[in-house]
Amino acid sequence: MVKKIYFQSIFFSFFFIKEAFTAESGGMPQLNPEFWVSQIFWLILTFGIMYLVLSKLILPKISINLESRKSQILENIEAAEKQREDSDAKLKEYDEIISKSKLEANSIFNQAREKALKDIGAKREVLDKQIDNEIAEAEKEIDALRKNAPDKINKIAIETSSELLQKLIGAEVNNSSISAIVDDLSKRNGDKYYGN
Amino acid sequence: MAANPMSQFDVYRIGPEIKVGAFDISFTNASLFMILSTVSILLIFNLGSKKNSILPNKIQLLAELSYTFVSKMISDTAGSKAKPYFAFIFSLFMFVLFCNMFGMIPYTFTVTSHIIVTFVLAAFIFIGVTVIGFIKHGFGYLKLFVPSGVPAVLLPLIVVIEIISYLSRPISLSVRLFANMMAGHTMMKVFGGFVISLGIVGGWLPLSFSVALTGLEILVAFLQAYVFAILTCIYLNDALNLHH
Repeated sequence: MVKKIYFQSIFFSFFFIKEAFTAESGGMPQLNPEFWVSQIFWLILTFGIMYLVLSKLILPKISINLESRKSQILENIEAAEKQREDSDAKLKEYDEIISKSKLEANSIFNQAREKALKDIGAKREVLDKQIDNEIAEAEKEIDALRKNAPDKINKIAIETSSELLQKLIGAEVNNSSISAIVDDLSKRNGDKYYGN
Repeated sequence: MAANPMSQFDVYRIGPEIKVGAFDISFTNASLFMILSTVSILLIFNLGSKKNSILPNKIQLLAELSYTFVSKMISDTAGSKAKPYFAFIFSLFMFVLFCNMFGMIPYTFTVTSHIIVTFVLAAFIFIGVTVIGFIKHGFGYLKLFVPSGVPAVLLPLIVVIEIISYLSRPISLSVRLFANMMAGHTMMKVFGGFVISLGIVGGWLPLSFSVALTGLEILVAFLQAYVFAILTCIYLNDALNLHH
C-alpha cells in the first residue's frame, strides 16, 4: 500500500516537473552577450591584481620561507651528524683508555705476583738453608754427644763403682783396675746400650 | 514550483550601470565572486607567508603545501625552464580552484561556469604560449606541426591535423572547464528540484543523489582546476622544449 503510493507519487510528480521547467526555460545565460564585456573587464582586473600581488609580494616570501626552513633543517642535520661523530670518537677514546688501563693493571698484577713469588722463593731458600744449617749443627752436636757419651758413662761408671767399692770394702781401690773392668764390660755390652 | 536549473547562471547587475564608451562594465554578481575569490586567495596566502616558523601553523602549511604542489606540477610537466611562469600558473590554478569551490556553496555564483571567462583565460594562455614559442625558437617553432618519423606521404595530412589540434587548444581548454562546471551545477539543481517536487515521500532518492553529487562536484571542482593548470603546463612545455 505504502509502496504503491510512493511510486505513484514519483510517477505523477515527473509531469509537474516537466511543466515547471518548460514554463521558465530561457536558454543558456552563458550565451547571452549582454555582460560579456563586463565579465572580461572584471576578470582581467581581478586576475591581474591577484597575479601582481602574488608574484611580487607573496610567492617570493613563501619561497624564502621554504628555502630557509630547508637550509636550517640541513644545518641541524649536519650539526647532529657532527656531534654523533664527535661522540663516536670520544667513545672510541674511552674504550681505548679502558683497554689500555686494563692491560696496565694486568701487567702490574703480573709483576707484583712474580715479585712476590720471587721474594717467597728467596725467603724460602734462606730459611731452608738456615734450617739445613741448624739441622746439620744439631746432628753434629748429637754426634758429638753420642761420641762422648760412652766415655762419660764409663767415667761415671768408674767413679760410682769406685765409690761403691770404697763404701762396701772400706778401702781405697785402684782406679785403673776398675776402669779396665768397665771398659771391658762396655766393650762387651756397648751394642746393647747404644744401639750401634 | 521548482526554479529553472539554468537561472543559477544568470548574471545580473549589482549597483548602477557603468559604461565606458560603448562598453558596459557594470559590477555584476560575477564580478563580486571574482573579487571574493581573489581576496580570499590573497588573504590566505598573505597569512600563510607572514610568519616564518620552523614548525608551520595550519595556514602556513596550507600555503606552503600549495606552493610545493604547483611547483612540483610545473617542474614535472614543463621542466626547469618553466620557472619564470610559476607565478602565473600558480595564480591561474588558485583562481580557477577558488572560483570552482565558491560555486559549491549554495546560492553562490560560479564564475568559471561562463564560457566567456574560461575562454578569455584559455585564449590568453594560447596567445602567450604561442608568443613564447616564437620568441624562443623563431620560425623553428613551426616544426611543432611536423612530427619526426612520419612517412612523407602522410605528412600533408598530419600537418593539417596538427595545426587544427593546435588551434583548437583554447576552445577545448575553455569548453572543458565551462562545460564541467555548468553540467555539474545544472545536474545538482535538477536533483534538488526533484527533492522539492517529490516531497516527503519520494524526495529521499534524489536527495541521496544530491548528496553524492555534491561530493563528486567538489572533486570535479578541484580536478578541473588541476587539469586546467596542467594543460597550461603541457602547452608551455611544447613552447619551451621543442622536441619534435
